[in-house]
Amino acid sequence: MSEEQITVVQIPDISLQYEGRVVKDARVGYSGFIVGAEHLLEIVQSLRDELGFDYLSSVTGVDYLPEGKMEVVYHLYRSIGGPALVLKVQVPRDEAVVPSLYHLFKSADWQEREAWDLLGIRFEGHPDLRRILTWEGFAGHPLRKDWKEPYFEEETKPFKSRWPEGITGHIEDKNPFHDNVQYPDGFDPETWVPQAEEALYTSAKKIGRDAELHTDTIVVNLGPQHPSTHGVFRMVAALDGEQVVFLKPVMGYLHRNHEKIGERNTYLQNMPFTDRLDYVSSMSNNFGYALAVEKLMGIKPPERADYIRVMMAELTRWMNHVFSFGFLWNDLGSYFTPMIYALEERELVLDIFEAVSGSRMMCNYFRFGGVARDLPVGVLDRVKELVFERMPRRLDDIDKMLTTNEIVRNRCIGCGVLTAEQAINNGASGPNLRASGVPYDIRRADPYSIYDRLDFDVVVHYHGDVYDRYLTRLDEARQSNRILQQVVRDIPEGPIMTGKPAYQVRVPAGDAYGRVEGPKGELGFYIVSTGKPNPWRYHVRAPSFINLTSLEDMCRGGKIADVVLNLGAVDIVLGEVDR
Amino acid sequence: MTGKGFLRMLLGVFKRFVMTYVEDFRKGKKRYYTKEGIESRRKADVQGIFTIQYPEEKLPVPEEFRFLPFLVYDEGPNGEKDLRCTSCGICAKVCPPQCISIVRTNDPVTGKPIPQPKEFYIDVDICMNCGLCAEYCPFDAIKMDHDYEIASYSRQNNIYDIERLAKPVSYYAGIRPTNYAAEEIARQEKEALKAAAKKSATAESAG
Repeated sequence: MSEEQITVVQIPDISLQYEGRVVKDARVGYSGFIVGAEHLLEIVQSLRDELGFDYLSSVTGVDYLPEGKMEVVYHLYRSIGGPALVLKVQVPRDEAVVPSLYHLFKSADWQEREAWDLLGIRFEGHPDLRRILTWEGFAGHPLRKDWKEPYFEEETKPFKSRWPEGITGHIEDKNPFHDNVQYPDGFDPETWVPQAEEALYTSAKKIGRDAELHTDTIVVNLGPQHPSTHGVFRMVAALDGEQVVFLKPVMGYLHRNHEKIGERNTYLQNMPFTDRLDYVSSMSNNFGYALAVEKLMGIKPPERADYIRVMMAELTRWMNHVFSFGFLWNDLGSYFTPMIYALEERELVLDIFEAVSGSRMMCNYFRFGGVARDLPVGVLDRVKELVFERMPRRLDDIDKMLTTNEIVRNRCIGCGVLTAEQAINNGASGPNLRASGVPYDIRRADPYSIYDRLDFDVVVHYHGDVYDRYLTRLDEARQSNRILQQVVRDIPEGPIMTGKPAYQVRVPAGDAYGRVEGPKGELGFYIVSTGKPNPWRYHVRAPSFINLTSLEDMCRGGKIADVVLNLGAVDIVLGEVDR
Repeated sequence: MTGKGFLRMLLGVFKRFVMTYVEDFRKGKKRYYTKEGIESRRKADVQGIFTIQYPEEKLPVPEEFRFLPFLVYDEGPNGEKDLRCTSCGICAKVCPPQCISIVRTNDPVTGKPIPQPKEFYIDVDICMNCGLCAEYCPFDAIKMDHDYEIASYSRQNNIYDIERLAKPVSYYAGIRPTNYAAEEIARQEKEALKAAAKKSATAESAG
């Protein structure tokens, strides 16, 4: 570290460079720059080509109902590292139209569709602006502040009916079935024809047809109920023989509008809900959310809490990667025996989570300014036993069984290739990005918590195929192990909370974006506070969701059997994709 | 040689297969359906079969394990139940899915609230077992249970009332001994402080 000093990269003040077109966001507590919608495209292009902001991480919207404004928020990064450049575009709420960044950044594709779906912001120039998480017959745009759900009780929690009158009862008795559905005007569920679906099939059929030979493509639906899709997920694929010529994912079967729930909740109430995003790595989700809110509150956890947090996050990463090896085996066709080997390792980590937080998967362990409780007696010894003895041995076992295995190599090498340019442009993150030869790891690129003090390497592989994704995860699990060994060695004694534990935290007005390097990739939380007990806007930049943007690039030109493998190697959890 | 890597994997699988028998022979009957057998199958150096044969065997739960809240009551000398809950409503306010509803008791004469719940409901269908109610209760009155086997044939009775929720403090001390001991110490210290403050206050007013 001493020789290669890390220089802190500052965000340039682009309001000077683009004078007249860009102004600083002057609202108290807010950061970033405000751009006029008419200048957005030229400025983003200039930022990308001249200033090196080549990675569009997050696109989302905020509904400022009282001001009658709709704001689109972009987070741009340099793929060589550094903090975010935040761009904001403000448009009137009634006619929210913003130029689409689709042709500059493919990562904007699904995120713009999501913003259209949930907030009703129209992106001009987007070639495929359909709903993505909700379905065609959905009435309205649910994240708009004037939209109300069928079981609507009150704008924000806690609901007043619960105390002191204590009104109770099954909520659906008050709101019986059939009365709890809203349809758009003129929509009749009986006579409805799924138009978007039909259009999707028609466009799939058009591609790859050979007029001379009179061949036709076959359109195949993989999923939503399919053992290899890791949940309820559907892919519409057009096949020319065995070759995939077209593939569009369809999702939203698990959609529950996590973000709307989050805006109803108080800050603390959100913590257990973040567990349900990527339910394989809930500790890591807690981490991201806690960081974002702490940024707004301007507090930092004490030393011991930081160590515990990193320990939990790295155990999660290790567990997640080992789990993904199990799935790789499974997707390759060796049904479930090896999967159980992976689950066995996971169980041992879950035992630790259970002893520490009280729950195996839904941990709810992090608090703003620390963690919920200190490590119970004996847990640290168990972690030590794991990280010094079992984990390295098990990784070697997996390495031995998979890396040189001819079946694994034949299937995985050269399958689902994603080039570095594609990966950056598609907004891929985590092992997917690093397997394509981009050494971008948030723990190094924009360090948080105590990662700047820990000694570990950023894993990178260069072929961008499924095999390299596997190797990246394997090496990353080794690095996690290395971090864990340092953490359990150095963990200090001391308090685990800054300030007193409070069930309602005071969060000053402003916006903040907290991000962590989750096992799946960049997990970001964008939060807007108005100083009230509930967040005004709560957005999750879900790594699984955005990583899937690359799925079509990976699968096109490959065999249909490899689609399963590609999907497995992206490593998704549908709880996070559909939110 | 082609196939070497594949054979190595098969060897790994075969080794696991053999180890299940080796472990069974080594540990004998003690390996299954006994406490130490279950314990030995959860250690980091476990080999062979890893599965716990539920429901004949059950994993021991750690102290922090949480599953559904219950209300703690102190037992009086004549067996009366003295609920610790003061119906302050913090648990109802902090509950993320809003499954707790409390009816506060009002004094029949003055109409002022009494620190005692009249009714206390938890809709266990929507409780997400997050444990925030127990964590933020200032009176140690609501705690998380260890009993996870609550399956039932009907969902009509899944709104638990005070009868169903109340459990004695001895039960709480049994499932969470460390937490209980720590809380008791904190309580005694608090009371000692209070008494000291009272003493000095009376001394001052007397002086």
